[in-house]
Amino acid sequence: MKILVCMSNVPDTTTKVRFTDGNTRLDAAGIQWIINPWDELALTRALELKDAGAISAVEVINVGPALTEATLRKALAIGADKAWRIDAETADGYQVAQLLAQWLKDQAFDILLAGVESSDYNSSGVGIMLAALAGIPSVSNVSGLSIEGGQVILKREIEGGQQQLKAHGPFLAVVQKGIALEPRIPSMRGIMTARTKPLEVVPAHPVAARTAYQAFSLPQPKGSCRMVDPEQPDELFRLLHEEARVI
Amino acid sequence: MNFNFTEEQLMIQQAARDFAQRELIKDVIERDEKAEYPTQHVKTMAELGFLGMLVDPRWDGGGMDTVSYVLAMEEISKVDASCSVIMSVNNSLVCYGLEAFGNDVQREKYLKPLARGEKIGAFLLSEPEAGSDATRQHTLAEDKGDYYLVNGTKNWITNGNTAGTYLVIAQTHPEKGHKGINCLIVDRNSEGISVGPHENKMGMRSSDTHSVMFTDVKVPKENRIGEDGFGFKFAMKTLEGGRIGIAAQALGIASGALERAVQYAKERKAFGTVIANHQAIAFKLADMAVKVENARNLCLKAAWLKDQHLPYGVASSYAKYYAAEIAMEVTTQAVQIHGGYGYVKEYHVERLMREAKLTQIYEGTSEIQQIVISRDLLKD
Ligand SMILES: Cc1cc2nc3c(=O)[nH]c(=O)nc-3n(C[C@H](O)[C@H](O)[C@H](O)COP(=O)(O)OP(=O)(O)OC[C@H]3O[C@@H](n4cnc5c(N)ncnc54)[C@H](O)[C@@H]3O)c2cc1C
Repeated sequence: MKILVCMSNVPDTTTKVRFTDGNTRLDAAGIQWIINPWDELALTRALELKDAGAISAVEVINVGPALTEATLRKALAIGADKAWRIDAETADGYQVAQLLAQWLKDQAFDILLAGVESSDYNSSGVGIMLAALAGIPSVSNVSGLSIEGGQVILKREIEGGQQQLKAHGPFLAVVQKGIALEPRIPSMRGIMTARTKPLEVVPAHPVAARTAYQAFSLPQPKGSCRMVDPEQPDELFRLLHEEARVI
Repeated sequence: MNFNFTEEQLMIQQAARDFAQRELIKDVIERDEKAEYPTQHVKTMAELGFLGMLVDPRWDGGGMDTVSYVLAMEEISKVDASCSVIMSVNNSLVCYGLEAFGNDVQREKYLKPLARGEKIGAFLLSEPEAGSDATRQHTLAEDKGDYYLVNGTKNWITNGNTAGTYLVIAQTHPEKGHKGINCLIVDRNSEGISVGPHENKMGMRSSDTHSVMFTDVKVPKENRIGEDGFGFKFAMKTLEGGRIGIAAQALGIASGALERAVQYAKERKAFGTVIANHQAIAFKLADMAVKVENARNLCLKAAWLKDQHLPYGVASSYAKYYAAEIAMEVTTQAVQIHGGYGYVKEYHVERLMREAKLTQIYEGTSEIQQIVISRDLLKD
């Protein structure tokens, strides 16, 4: 069984976000790029399954310009066997999903994993659109993935509870928190051998975006008022002691 | 001059940061208080390859450069200098010594498990009556034909109890002074070795420091590193590199304290505003930041020289001396900025201050570094 992890390259989550061009574009100056946290968890789970012998190979793919190769190499350092980059600057999730779907035609993966959203644009669309365009089923809200005796078992978070289901490939799972405990830290060996692993760059077919960002706006700075449940006096004391530090 | 780090160096820095901020932070205060050895963390450090990161992959190491090592040491020391000293002794004293001066048989047998982190190493130079003056070794390694018979006591040995492999400096030819000294690779399980109780230390309490006693310990001849009488030179050469590790440790302790002080100054209010708005605090922070940056540059310079195979002995003394001194100053100021909160354990800075003190003492006291530096300045 082979797993493909769709990986998006996003600004570090501590980035101070600024916009340019009349608030229509992210100002990328000085930004540090990381693997989208949900994708990193998906990759971690895929590698755990590989370590357990349930999966033969884990590959990662990103649609993006050359600058994303650093995060792809990070994925290789963490343990992915191969990385792909579809060489394109994209303007919306549809474009990304189309490019992935076209490339996927010549590939054979049993399980595709996509994060529930990317932490930059939060459009939550690529996974589902990719499955639809590629003509394979998708499962949403997946918080658990295991393989027992060749049988794939998924856990889904649903309103008021959990659902467990069996699935067989090829299918796409949109994964969320819980899929892995914490992202895996690359080992020194992994880091040093990342450059020896294949990173294949694929030219992009022309695909037009369907949407365009009109404007971004930043939320109001958080107010300083905190509500504490009257039933939770301990919490109030904790906040006064540890955060306000007045007692 | 290139101030850019490579992609690999940045990845190593991030890996060390993630490990420290996610794992070490969880129990660092408790381990310090209970003087408890970080067994699980050492295992993780081995898995991640931090314990043999400088060793050539041929000998099962990570094959990283010294610049990467400085970056990793800084990140780990920001959170937990007990773990970083375990890492430093293993990497830059024991593994380095074996890799640089051992023979292939010794490397195969002893270096490989150390580089993989399956075994931990210890470096046994100091004695109750030979610290800074390491020429006066009382521990004897008598030449008995096909083996050495070792007798004596070593003091203050980091990893003294957990190590599987000891590098022991001992005197074989007392009449020859420091030219009669040898370094022997000694298996911890050899008959005649006993380990003293855990030292009850001021700081880095989670690392294990012990005295180690040798009573008629037989060490095979083939375990001697280098020619007969090479031991003192071996120790001095190895410590030159070790100083970069401890310099980077001091740097990390200082930069960890600085980060905490900056954060706290932006949160804590006094006289109607956050204390960072009081110039006395803001200027303190500026002074601390400049010191930390200077220390970082000195560490990286020494590391870079070593990576370029250029002489780095004096540069590593500059780095260790300066970083250790400013670590003491910066951590003291960080406690000051925290006020009363700085004096209790919860806020970490008092621990960093206790840890900083040790960096002025071991692997060559600050005074010894001043001797190295001034001798170099004054030589003809
Ligand atoms: C926690 C801890 C861990 C350690 N780990 C190890 C280890 O793993 N392996 C190991 O071999 N050792 C280890 N050491 C020992 C350490 O390296 C020595 O303590 C250090 O070298 C100083 O030696 P000393 O304690 O005998 O002090 P001394 O040499 O007695 O020095 C006392 C004071 O005199 C000063 N002084 C000495 N000579 C001169 C001089 N010529 N000019 C000016 N001032 C001078 C010193 O700077 C110091 O201030 C460790 C020590 C500690 C505390």
